[in-house]
Amino acid sequence: MLNRISTYFYQRPKLVLALFLAPPMLYMLVVYLGSLFSLLINSFYSIDDFTGIIVREFTMRTYTQIFNITNREIVFRTATMALVVTIVDALIAFPLAYYIAKFASPRLKTWLLIAVTIPLWSSYLVRVYAWKLILAKEGILSWFISLFNLTGALEWLLGLPGIGGSSLSLSPIGMFIVFVYIWLPYMIIPIQTALERVPGSLLEASSDLGARPSQTFRTVILPLAFPGVVAGSIFTFSLTLGDFIIPLTLGNSKFFIGQAVYSYQGTGGNIPLAAAMTMGPVVIMVLYLLIARRLGAFDAI
Amino acid sequence: MMNNPSAPAIRFDKVSRHFGEVKAVDLVDLEIGDGEFFSMLGPSGSGKTTCLRMIAGFDRPTSGEIHLYGQDVSSLPPYDRDVNTVFQDYALFPHMNVEANIAYGLMVKNVPRQERIKHVEEMLELVQLSGFAGRKPSQLSGGQRQRVALARALINHPKVLLLDEPLGALDLKLRQQMQIELKAIQKRVGITFIFVTHDQEEAITMSDRIAVFNQGKIEQIGSPSDIYERPASSFVAGFVGTSNLVGGRIAKRTTGSEQTFSIRPEKIHIGSMSDKPASDMISLDGVIRDVIYLGLFTRYLIEIEDGVDLVVVEQNLKSTSMDVLSAKGHKVRLSWHRDHISRVGG
Repeated sequence: MLNRISTYFYQRPKLVLALFLAPPMLYMLVVYLGSLFSLLINSFYSIDDFTGIIVREFTMRTYTQIFNITNREIVFRTATMALVVTIVDALIAFPLAYYIAKFASPRLKTWLLIAVTIPLWSSYLVRVYAWKLILAKEGILSWFISLFNLTGALEWLLGLPGIGGSSLSLSPIGMFIVFVYIWLPYMIIPIQTALERVPGSLLEASSDLGARPSQTFRTVILPLAFPGVVAGSIFTFSLTLGDFIIPLTLGNSKFFIGQAVYSYQGTGGNIPLAAAMTMGPVVIMVLYLLIARRLGAFDAI
Repeated sequence: MMNNPSAPAIRFDKVSRHFGEVKAVDLVDLEIGDGEFFSMLGPSGSGKTTCLRMIAGFDRPTSGEIHLYGQDVSSLPPYDRDVNTVFQDYALFPHMNVEANIAYGLMVKNVPRQERIKHVEEMLELVQLSGFAGRKPSQLSGGQRQRVALARALINHPKVLLLDEPLGALDLKLRQQMQIELKAIQKRVGITFIFVTHDQEEAITMSDRIAVFNQGKIEQIGSPSDIYERPASSFVAGFVGTSNLVGGRIAKRTTGSEQTFSIRPEKIHIGSMSDKPASDMISLDGVIRDVIYLGLFTRYLIEIEDGVDLVVVEQNLKSTSMDVLSAKGHKVRLSWHRDHISRVGG
């Protein structure tokens, strides 16, 4: 009997494929794309300013609200933070990923990869609150800085307009530090994977043909690791764009996109505006992916 | 950098390379002449590739010195050595096209673009790949990649070209064709080629001289005919071609000395029991135990006495498979010329 069933499926490979693919495809279509679609639809509705009831009629009115000065600033602020976090994460991750991929012994490699991913085992919220304590005015970081008599420098930094604040735990600088920390593993792993796939003989060949280490880095290592950097930056960039917990916990009164969406749909009850606001990061990410493709980031995949 | 043109291209002076307890290369002395096609032959793990990597600069000797045209290069990085390598896996840059791959050595030396293109065209012509400049390595066949790797290494006009089993990944036909072509290219450019291989036939086909490596040491250096006809050790006799090693009582009976000698299977003549071999011939009687028909020739296994077999190869000049297969079980008298044996010690 069992034999007959396996023969039946063996002779119908397309049926097997359909059976395997149907559940995940269904899930993707309904839950994932469906919710996105519902978001898109909602962004074209509007809210009745007087009654606060959603008017289910197609209108561009909600989108015009996004382009008012406050919301423009929110999008710009968030995108700038996402960009800076991405660049700094890439700069920190690259040397570490390079060491793990090309120099570490297999044993050390395992340990380093565990060390990189271990923070992901604990709750994101716990880590954010831990950082809040570290960065607090009376926290361990300011204490440590005071040991080197650098409190003045810290105060100068916090006094800078735009990025400063009353303490590290309530300033864009603090948010930046925590963003860089939280998303770092998502940058290290793709770069390390990309570098892992570069055969050692390519580096030897480059050196053999007369390239100094800096030239080998520029002409061989960097171009071949670039898809990994782009993959990592998609994580760090989009995760920063959409995050609302870190700005909520460590930020000041200046909103980020995630926060704005959170408050529009929650306290504001303005679901169409929240939906339209969410389309902002989606559009930014689509543009980002198109540029990445133009740069050839996906050629090697 | 001062170089002495009359000095040997490469000189190893008591070079050793140890990896922990393992002596990958053990006190090797070696001289390779200017313009020579030199092969390093040996089984895997014999130290030949480590020697090559030390010449290229990817690895450094634990002790000893390596000289390139009289200059000690032992501690120079690869990019400061006038030596280029053709890698076993070709190591072509996947993100560059054929032109950029070949021009790489000139590009890192800041040679102007116009000049680079001119040299690349010359190189493409040399390796018969004109018209392929725009292709990516992934769009080339194994043989074509091989040629690109060769062109890329030769464009710098290195003093010595190192080839690390470059034909290993090609199929037999293509390999034989590339052997002839490589030799022709070497004659044309006049550069010293050092060729690492585990394929004895390849080494014999192409080389001016061969060094046979075993366990980190060189067993014998000589011309292909030296290596084949006068193997210096039982290892060489066994590794290069097939050999019959004869020692002990039978050696004493036939040559008057118990010292082991080697005799090539094709040098042995199979005759009938009534044959009277000439005085400069050595003869032994035996029974044909096994016959393997191989088309071009036949391989016989002949038992001299209990536990002592000789392999004999004869070309099928007049005999058919029927003839040779029916010979099984016959008593025969083997004979070979005294000059064809090679003392291998022990």
